[in-house]
Parts: sequence; structure tokens; C-alpha cells
Amino acid sequence: MNSTVSDLDELVKREYEAGFVTDIESDTLPPGLGEDVVSIISAKKNEPAFMLEWRLQAFRRWQKMQEPGWAQVKHPAIDYQAISYYSAPKQPGDGPQSLDEVDPKLLETYNKLGIPLEEQKALAGVAVDAVFDSVSVKTTFRETLAEAGVIFCSISEALQEHPELVRKYLGSVVPTGDNFYAALNSAVFSDGSFVYIPKGVRCPMELSTYFRINAMNTGQFERTLIIADEGSYVSYLEGCTAPMRDENQLHAAVVELIAMRGAEIKYSTVQNWYPGDEQGRGGIYNFVTKRGACRGDNSKISWTQVETGSAITWKYPSVLLEGDNAIGEFYSVALTRHMQQADTGTKMVHIGNNTRSTIISKGISAGRGQNTYRGLVKILKGADNARNYSQCDSLLLGDRCGAHTFPYLEVSNPTAQVEHEATTSKISEDQLFYCMQRGLSEEDAISLIVNGFCKEVFKKLPMEFAVEAQKLLDVSLEGAVG
Amino acid sequence: MMLSIKNLHASVDGKPILRGIDLEVKAGEVHAIMGPNGSGKSTLANVLAGRENYEVTSGSVHYLGENLLELATEERACKGIFLAFQYPVEIPGVSNIYLLKAAVNARRKYQGLDELPAVEFLKLVKEKVKLVEMKEEFLHRSVNEGFSGGEKKRNEILQMAILEPRLAILDETDSGLDIDALKIVAKGVNTLRGPQRAMILVTHYQRMLDYIVPDHVHVLAHGRVVKSGDKSLALELEERGYGWIEQQAEEIAAAVTG
Repeated sequence: MNSTVSDLDELVKREYEAGFVTDIESDTLPPGLGEDVVSIISAKKNEPAFMLEWRLQAFRRWQKMQEPGWAQVKHPAIDYQAISYYSAPKQPGDGPQSLDEVDPKLLETYNKLGIPLEEQKALAGVAVDAVFDSVSVKTTFRETLAEAGVIFCSISEALQEHPELVRKYLGSVVPTGDNFYAALNSAVFSDGSFVYIPKGVRCPMELSTYFRINAMNTGQFERTLIIADEGSYVSYLEGCTAPMRDENQLHAAVVELIAMRGAEIKYSTVQNWYPGDEQGRGGIYNFVTKRGACRGDNSKISWTQVETGSAITWKYPSVLLEGDNAIGEFYSVALTRHMQQADTGTKMVHIGNNTRSTIISKGISAGRGQNTYRGLVKILKGADNARNYSQCDSLLLGDRCGAHTFPYLEVSNPTAQVEHEATTSKISEDQLFYCMQRGLSEEDAISLIVNGFCKEVFKKLPMEFAVEAQKLLDVSLEGAVG
Repeated sequence: MMLSIKNLHASVDGKPILRGIDLEVKAGEVHAIMGPNGSGKSTLANVLAGRENYEVTSGSVHYLGENLLELATEERACKGIFLAFQYPVEIPGVSNIYLLKAAVNARRKYQGLDELPAVEFLKLVKEKVKLVEMKEEFLHRSVNEGFSGGEKKRNEILQMAILEPRLAILDETDSGLDIDALKIVAKGVNTLRGPQRAMILVTHYQRMLDYIVPDHVHVLAHGRVVKSGDKSLALELEERGYGWIEQQAEEIAAAVTG
């Protein structure tokens, strides 16, 4: 439209609603990283001996590794010695036994974010694990879930109560030395969620984790481990926010999913970390390793992500299709505006016969945002009749942003069927004029068109979160008129 | 007077297209704007609707007593101006009914009214769908995506019927229609004729005017109204073509500049 470059700058500004800071006393380690810090974290969590050994091994590997340089992102060098690796809100004694003992400031924080931790106020049918900086502060509906045999707790608690399960599966999908950030996470992760769904159980509620970074100069390194035993089903959602700060903060998480024979895991993410301001000051570096293994035949893992936050997103939720007839899915909407950079996509590794994967990626770039899809479809020699369908669409708002697509294909079996489609488009003036002639404001018209563009992905989200994601996209796009 | 256009000049990408249009439209009237290709018919329709890059260089347009040229595109729409597009655009992923609802509620918001309750909205839509003989499944398909030419045009009439404009501008709605689709479109349009509503039919051919009988016919050439008359003018054009009109226009232009 007629908007000049300076108009655009005016318009793309928007308040980040989750940008407040909670004033709470914390137990924070001084910045720096060495074997001593790894040991202190393990000791603070009173971990079994095998965990310390596992962490130290990861740390030693990490020391020999290099940051990956292949992603389409730019940032100043990260000083890993300037980061504090542990920060927890101070708690009396052994931590809260019930909600009454949780610091009211924490409850207020989650209420403000729209995540009430009181079960009676919760969204119907959703259990929440709330992670604040380095620790889990509350997991709701644990009793209800326990009745169905479902274990849903923080990974720290899982290490106390179910060490054998953690020991068996932790690092079995993402090994400690998988990549630089995964190794770092393995050494210093402080909390995260643990889920175990027993054989044949359909988890009666949606499970969710809400991650909140609050403290300054700290990194958040959480670890999520979800195991769906034979024939079980679980739908899991994670949400994330952080205060507005001028400094960048590092978030390096690892998520591992394991689906046994006939099991299904649906993992949805609505990522709204602080993206930084329009000058590119501040914001979260979101360097995350997410991978699922379809261990058993007829198992299914589905990743759905809506990524609107973070200064930099580096993340490739992947599926190892080990069992025959296993299904992997990746549905993604990634929005970059201001100076945000996203390099995201997936890896689908076909190992079993008749394995199928679907990749639908929708990238939206506004402001000076840079949006990259990077995906690998790998079909191993022994994977007969594997099928993949990939569709990568990019939408550009304005003329100072960028969209990039890097699809990699490695096919070693002649029976494979692989399809890839890619489009790049701008919102056309014809579309805007059409909507505005029907009475819609320019912003409403853009929102309508963008939501249409994302529809295939939004419809994969659980209902409540689809509405949430749509709203998030609306506010993120407010004024992003090109 | 509903619409009063005086000495309107407009350019597209710096190129003058309209060179002094005068036109007055009263409530209840149907005006046909005819003319050869390139005469400025569609430009006039787009200028009235407020399309970007259609620059008015001089002249005035008043709509219901207001200076239309000062109103934003969406304000014009909310005040009752509707353009049925010559080439309705596709909007992937946005269902037809969703756009309709957004449009209805945008106008209600502008008028200070609450959103139309879902039940009432559905009732309204279902009633109007019958008028244009469309199947209800059309409502749930993406806007114009994969629609045939005739379906797109009927969809425009459906939107018009639901939005109930004061001034409807139909830009070559007859183009690309077979005779059956044309009859359906004409029926829709005729149903909407009324004492409070005015219509401007932009068309190249007389054919549509057999079904929608205009009160006035204007012929455009070289960006000016060169001849006005009643329905018989359209018939004369059908018989004699546009050549003689263009020739007259050129003579007038020569006289004006010479």
C-alpha cells in the first residue's frame, strides 16, 4: 500500500504483553561454567550418582565441540562463562508441598500470563507443569492423572521417584553429544517435564508445560522426556514467555519423545519468547533440539509448532521412523518480524518399511525478519515403500524481510515416493483491496489473509490453543503492513 | 442526489485515463456505463471504490452529500458502496462464510452496532444463497479458490445481497458468463433493485441489459461520457458498434484542444 518505510517502522511496533518481570528472591549461581557448576546443579537436585556421571560426560564432550555455523542466523559470539546456569525462586525447606506453599508472587505471575495453577480455575481438561527459570514450581492435576496410571511431573521429581525410567530413556533419542547445544543442555539442565503413559492408556487430559524465564543473565536449559508405551496416546503442549530485557538470553532445551508400538504422541508448541525490540535489542536465543523416535510399529509422532517469539530460533523437531508403518508429521508456522531470525524445519528419517511423513511449513516474514525453512527427508536403504510429502510456503510482508528454503533429500531406496512443493508469495494488493472493499480495515484484511495462509497448521492444534495461536499471530502482526 | 461526479480526472501509474467524467445518479436508478476497451469504464468503477494507485488528479465526487474522495476504501464500503469485481480474487484458507461474516460485522462495527449473532447471520446467508442458486457447500470453500468464472460472479452477487449496499457498482459482471449464469446473476440483481438503492452496471455488451433494464445508458470513450440516453442507446450500440462513437469523441477532443 502507500505506506512508506518510516510508516512501516511506526506500525510494526507493538507491546510484548508478557514482558513484565516478577520481583522475587532467587537462589542463583554466579555466572560461569565448569565441572564444579555441573556438580553443584546435580547436588542441588539431590540426583542419583548415575546422573552426575552422565552430566559430566556430556560436559566433557561439550568442551570439545563447536557451535554449529551452518544456520542462516547471525548473532554476536555468546560468552558461555557470562551466563548463570541455575536460578530458582527461594523456597523454604524442601519446596512447596501444596499450592498454599507456593510463593503468591509466582501464582500471580502465571495468572497474569493466563495460566492459573489453581486446578479449579484451570482450562478444562488441561494439566500444567509450570517451570520458572530453572525449576518446576507446580504440576497440576497429578492425582487425577495418577488414577489413569499417567506419570506427569517435573524431571527432577522423576529422577527421585522413577530413576529407572529416566535412566532407561534419557538421551536415548538425543544422545549427549548430538550437537553443541544438546551437549550443553545435558550437562546443565535443571528441570523440565517428564511424562510416562502406560500401555493402552489414552491420557485423559491435555498435558502442558509453561516455561517462564524471569531472572537476568541466566540461561534456561530444560529437558523434556515423554514416553508413550504400547498403544497409548498423549497430547502435549508447551508455551513460553520471558520479560523484556536489553540483553539476549539463552534458552537451550532438549525434548525427547518415545512412541512404542501403536502409540501416538502429539506435541504442540506455542513459542512466544521475548523477540527483542524493533532495533534488534534483546530477545531470547532459542536453540532447541527436539526429536522423537517412533520405536514401535504403527506408532505416530506429530509435531505442531507456532513460533512467533525469540530473537533467534534454531530448531528442527524431528522424527526417527524406526518401526514399520510409523508416521511422522511436522506442522509449522514461523513468524519473524522486527529483526527476528528463524532457522527452523524438521528431519524425517525413514528407517522402517511403509513409513510415512508429512511436512507442512508456513513461514511469514515482516519488518526485517529473516525466515528460513531447513528440512531433511532421509530414506534409508532398508526402508521399503516410504512416502514423504513436503510443502513449504513463505509469505512476505513488506520488502525488507527475507524467506529462504533449504530442503534436503537423501533417498537410498528406489521404492520411495517423495514429493516437495514450495511457494513464496506476497500478500497481493488485489487481496487487500478485495477485503477492504468489503469493509475490513487493512490490519483486519492482513490478519484474515495470514490466518488463511496458516490454516492447515492451526487446525492441527488443540482447539483452545488454536484460538490462542490465532490471537498471538494477530497481535504480532498488528501494524505489520507492507 | 446519491452520487454526483463532476469533471473527474484520474490517472493510473501516471497515465491519464479519466479525462473529465460527469455523472449524476439518484437513489432507485440503474445506470449502465458502456464503452469500448480502454475507454475508462473499469477505472471509473475502481476510482469510486477507492483503489490504491488510482490517482484522482482533478474534479470531485460526492456520495450522499459527502466528499467521497476523502474517505478510505473501507469507509466507503461501510457507508454502502459495493464493487462487484471483474476478476474476484482468490484467498486461500479463508472460507467464503468467514469473509462474509467479517464483512457484515465490519460494517456493523462502523455503524456502532454489535456483531450479528451467529444464528441470525446463518439464517441470512442461507436465504441469500438460494437467491443466487448456489449450494451451501460453497460457503465453506476458500474464497473464490477453484471457482469457475460463473461461480465467482455469482459469489459476488451473493456478497452484494448480504451486504445490501446503497450504491452497487458491477464491473463487467456479465463477462465470461454463459446464458444460464447470466440469468441467475440478473435475477439476483433485479431482486436487489429498490427505491433506496442505486446501481451502476459497467459492461462492454448490451446482452446483460436484456435482463437488467437500465434507466440510463452512458457511453464512455477516451475517458469521457460522450453520449447518454435511455435503453435504446444500448441497442443502437449493439447494432452499430463503438466505431462511430469513438470517431465522434475524437472530433470533440480535437475541437477542445484545437
